[in-house]
Amino acid sequence: MAEKEKLTIAVLSGDLERALAAFMLAVTGASMGMEVSMFFTFWGLNIIKRNEGSIKSKGLMRKMLNLINRGGSRRLKLSKFNMFGLGTWVMKQLMKDTNMPSIDEFIAMAHQMGVKLIACTTTCGVMGLPPVTDTFRSEVESLAGAAYFLGEARQSKVTLFI
Amino acid sequence: MKADQSLDCIGLYCPMPIVKTAEKIKQLKQGEVLEVVADDKGITQDMPAWCQATGHEFLGVEEEGREIKVYVKKT
Repeated sequence: MAEKEKLTIAVLSGDLERALAAFMLAVTGASMGMEVSMFFTFWGLNIIKRNEGSIKSKGLMRKMLNLINRGGSRRLKLSKFNMFGLGTWVMKQLMKDTNMPSIDEFIAMAHQMGVKLIACTTTCGVMGLPPVTDTFRSEVESLAGAAYFLGEARQSKVTLFI
Repeated sequence: MKADQSLDCIGLYCPMPIVKTAEKIKQLKQGEVLEVVADDKGITQDMPAWCQATGHEFLGVEEEGREIKVYVKKT
């Protein structure tokens, strides 16, 4: 069989709806026999942060940033009509109503299907996220930089920036 | 159309019918036909596209009211 086509997705946004779109495309790509990598940077890192515990960053500014920007798949908000959480709550109810998987379920599904989840080391550094397992969920398999992303993108049939 | 196995995707929206089809097709033998029953219209476009990407053969669509049946032959 021919070499697998590649799909590479850069996820910069931590908005709930963008995260959902990214994972929908990732699992669909994997279902279509593609080799899928997701590269998380800036607010996108919030999607793959652990939900439990605190983020142990160093320095006052980074500590404050991670306090107000805690992240975690269950804390993502809609970019529009969040309305102090009410809009996001309604959207999650609607998703349940239409049997749409949650972000957590999508992450587990993607991982099971062999989608690679990669955290960007540079933004981890800037935002004070220790690049270790107690920052990110267990499904996150590696950390890498821009050259790795472009290396993957060069070989990809499809590259998306979300 | 006659099928060897059937997959119930009623109530599921894109991309779940495709994800489930990709999982289910592994259980079929080459040449067998899978019937996917869904009620999301998107499947009529998504399944041919999935077949084109994966190389399985798209056999057709049958619509009965809200129920949409699509047929895929494993290659």
